[in-house]
Amino acid sequence: MRLSPASALTWGLSALGVFVLPWYMLEDGLTPMRLFGLIGSEVEYASAATAAAWFGRWWLWPPVLAVLIGLPSLMPGLSRRSAALLRGGAGALGLTSVIAQGWLIGIRGWNYPALEAAFGALPSGQFGIGLGGAAAFLAFLLMITDALALKGKFGGDRFVAGAVGIIVAAIAIFTIWPVLTILSQAFGIAKGETAAVVFAQRFFHAKVWGLECLVSRSACGVAWNTLALALSTALATTLLGLCFALIAIRTGFPFKSGLRLLTVLPIVTPPFVIGLGLILIFGRSGIVNQAAAHLFGVELGRWIYGFNGVWLAQVFSFTPTAFLVLIGIVQGISPTMEEAAQTLRASPSRTFNAVTLPLMMPGLANAFLIVFIESLADFGNPIVLGGSFGVLSTEIFFAVVGAQVDFGRAAALALILLLFALTAFLIQRFSVGSRSYVSMTGKGETGLAQGVPTWVRRVAYTVALPWAVLTVTVYALALAGGFVKIWGRDWTPTLEHFARAFAIDHGVKGIVWSGGAWSSLFTTIKLAAIAAPITAALGLLAAWLLTRQRFAGRTALEFGLMLSFCVPGTVTGVAYILTYNIPPLEITGTALILVLCFIFRNMPVGVRSGMATMSQLDKNLDEAAATLRASTFRALRVVILPLLKPAIITALTYSFVRAMTTVSAVIFLVSAQYEMATVFIINRVINGDYGLAIAYSTVLIVLMTAVIGLIQLGVGERRLVRREPSVPAKERHA
Amino acid sequence: MNAPRHAADVRLEGIAKRYGKVTAVKPLDLVIEAGTLVTLLGPSGCGKTTLLRMIAGLERVSEGRILIGGRDVTDFSAGERNVSMVFQSYALFPHMSVRENVAFGLISEGVAKQEAHAKAETVLATVGLAGFGDRFPSQLSGGQQQRVAVARSLVLEPDVLLFDEPLSNLDAKLRRSMREDIRALQQKLGLTVVYVTHDQSEALAVSDVIVVMKAAEIAQAGTPRALYEEPANVFVATFMGEANHVKGEIQSIDGTEATVRLDSATLTLPARSLAPGPVDIVIRPEAIRIDPADTPGGLAATIATATYMGAHAEYNLETPVARLFAIVPEAEGLLSVGSAVSLSFARRGTILVAP
Repeated sequence: MRLSPASALTWGLSALGVFVLPWYMLEDGLTPMRLFGLIGSEVEYASAATAAAWFGRWWLWPPVLAVLIGLPSLMPGLSRRSAALLRGGAGALGLTSVIAQGWLIGIRGWNYPALEAAFGALPSGQFGIGLGGAAAFLAFLLMITDALALKGKFGGDRFVAGAVGIIVAAIAIFTIWPVLTILSQAFGIAKGETAAVVFAQRFFHAKVWGLECLVSRSACGVAWNTLALALSTALATTLLGLCFALIAIRTGFPFKSGLRLLTVLPIVTPPFVIGLGLILIFGRSGIVNQAAAHLFGVELGRWIYGFNGVWLAQVFSFTPTAFLVLIGIVQGISPTMEEAAQTLRASPSRTFNAVTLPLMMPGLANAFLIVFIESLADFGNPIVLGGSFGVLSTEIFFAVVGAQVDFGRAAALALILLLFALTAFLIQRFSVGSRSYVSMTGKGETGLAQGVPTWVRRVAYTVALPWAVLTVTVYALALAGGFVKIWGRDWTPTLEHFARAFAIDHGVKGIVWSGGAWSSLFTTIKLAAIAAPITAALGLLAAWLLTRQRFAGRTALEFGLMLSFCVPGTVTGVAYILTYNIPPLEITGTALILVLCFIFRNMPVGVRSGMATMSQLDKNLDEAAATLRASTFRALRVVILPLLKPAIITALTYSFVRAMTTVSAVIFLVSAQYEMATVFIINRVINGDYGLAIAYSTVLIVLMTAVIGLIQLGVGERRLVRREPSVPAKERHA
Repeated sequence: MNAPRHAADVRLEGIAKRYGKVTAVKPLDLVIEAGTLVTLLGPSGCGKTTLLRMIAGLERVSEGRILIGGRDVTDFSAGERNVSMVFQSYALFPHMSVRENVAFGLISEGVAKQEAHAKAETVLATVGLAGFGDRFPSQLSGGQQQRVAVARSLVLEPDVLLFDEPLSNLDAKLRRSMREDIRALQQKLGLTVVYVTHDQSEALAVSDVIVVMKAAEIAQAGTPRALYEEPANVFVATFMGEANHVKGEIQSIDGTEATVRLDSATLTLPARSLAPGPVDIVIRPEAIRIDPADTPGGLAATIATATYMGAHAEYNLETPVARLFAIVPEAEGLLSVGSAVSLSFARRGTILVAP
């Protein structure tokens, strides 16, 4: 066998990870000086080999041994079999030993008393895995996939094998493991209790499932609150979305592009802006309340805080989502069906009721479930407007940050929320999603889109148009709040809030970013910018694997990805701090945990857009590249990637913007050093400092819109005249 | 470009393909001689494309070996086999110019870009597309795209060139001229070509050898003439052009001649090593002659339908054994429907097949 550069690089990485780089996570950060860990003065800075040889960390010998075993596999002239055997053996030994030592040996020595009893106490414990450990882990993983490919697995394709390995490992570590941690924590026990009893107490607590509100004035359980809110939000948004979709597609409404603009709003808006707007209108010092008190002497009170307000805010927030889903559905209904109904003497009303509406049913159910899941996961609106009305996502938050700090309770609540979301997701995916009547035959459908019956049009207009006006008003007022001194009391126009947030002074050393918001804004932009390309790359790679490659475990990979589709942000947040605040991966409080959170929460978007685009690309293109001697990597880079530009734009934009605007997961993960913009704003809102919060939100929205524009420009348009590649037109006779 | 190249032979030894419990190709052996054009012909779903893709290395074989030019390539990936493939959809890279498409394979192999582009132009000229290098695939007609796909495969001077229904996206007229071009190119360059099609006239026109496939196995392999005139079974006979299928009985064998009874008629046909007993008879429509009623030794028939087709006439004839379809040269106007006639059968075009 020839020596491939990739194998040499993999081995080099393992050697680097074990001999050179510091094995452990450095408490005070990594500097270029400390990258060299072969001669560390302290164990913290040492490489694995050094730590094993000089600092008595005997459990780090197996990885060192694995690297040495891997070396002869690089010898030229070795048979495929022996190379596979050596590399596979080295990789397996290395990987299992890295995992085992991380799992079994913690900060205070053995993690399990049984092991201590069996092997005696260790002289010292260890920190979490650092750069060296991560490099070695990756290298050993790639050695295993390499060996599998050499043995003919993954179609003998080492690139595919490696890609599958990396994605599977990433999902296992950053999605599956945290979810399992939630499970085990929900069952976690103190001394003298049994797991089942504790779990039952947490899981079936009256605060969760109580139904007192039906018979008395006291509050119901948060689980019921969450479900009631999600159901009513989903119902209202689906109806509103349908009205908007019918207007946009099936009527002669003159401002359709304006309606489309509505769909961009939730993408660029931080999730609590609507809540803020509602407070400024209906809150105690809101304009409606003020006007009522002024004109009629009526005190409207605090009705906006609680179920009503959260519901209203969610309906405003998620109607565009439902609209977006339903536009596709309404467009997808073949006009020929309706024409057929009309030639069969059906009146417009009967056509709508008996043909159009039933055809849309699966789509409506789909929109309903999508909003249902979004409402379950929503954190921004309930935290701003909930008051004493608790839902699962906010209860989880208060269980962790409140006076109680009860991780077991948080985990149990997170488990309930996860079950709700998973159930809705599975229904959506397997029952509704597969029963779509939207047929894309690829044949040109003739026939004109039918208008809708007059009564339907009237209803749609009556419901949707006032709502659209109201939405714009809420946004306008939400943003106007940043430009007056104190909303409700002092209406003097001012830029003072912006100045407090974004002041720039000229000090002795040059520019001083003295505004309170700069630090969090810079952190947010930096972390989102780091996360976006990685998210897009991983997502598109996963999409490529899922659409183009056949390999064992494909279904499992799909399930793992699906899981990250539907885990609510608060659940991810709790799961991440529970999982990563102790070795082997001790990254709580770092920027790394935020970046990882962004990547694995947003990757599904990349997967989805990648799969959609990829399924439009002729599979023969890959195969043609393969028969033309291109390696899989070259085929992917030169042929597939350029054709995926639209998907790349989508993935980059979404992952960046979502990383900037998300709040639910990161609110658990931020630290004093790495504060995120949204969390900064939420804290201002909780303190009642609306002016600054609004000023900051305004800047975020403007920034986000600019970023979307820039990314579109940067990636550029596809160099294609025609959309469908390589499906030749019928020969035209000259 | 025009020098006789190192065309290689292809040997398939017991290769099979299974997807789970579904068998796409049953174990089969096949030798494709160097410098010949072999067609894999069969109805859709018969396994012919799977077979081609296994030769290309795009599907892994479930069992058996593939040898190209004597070298075992069973475990080789598509890129390592020195074969090229022309796809049904052509699979031209839409974001690359024609020249970049043709040079793609050379650049994969590490040829310098300038050299690769120069060579691409030469090959484009060979397929009659000189000067089209800067266009994009979407700016070409279907036939031109097809030729780019051929050029892209040819430029690598492959041991074997594979075609997967290359003409099915073209209209009938163009199909005819393109298949002649492909055949001419193959003979000029002495290429080994494996060609998949479901169109028997295309197969007859281009092939040295036709391999007819049915239900995941080879029904018969041979020259076009052998398949048409001496089909091994009724399936091959009916797939290679139109044919009537009736059952008769061999009464006696005299050397190489068989005396066959078909209801009231008696035929003398080549025995094809068959023994006396029941036999299948394949009758080409052109082999049926319509005689006046009660001609001795003929098969009694009534005319069920009669269609004027210009140069010839088509009849459906009701007989005691089956309804037969006949094509006769048009002479003096159509025979009227319902009239009684007698049928006789030409030796050429009436074939005995083992039941």
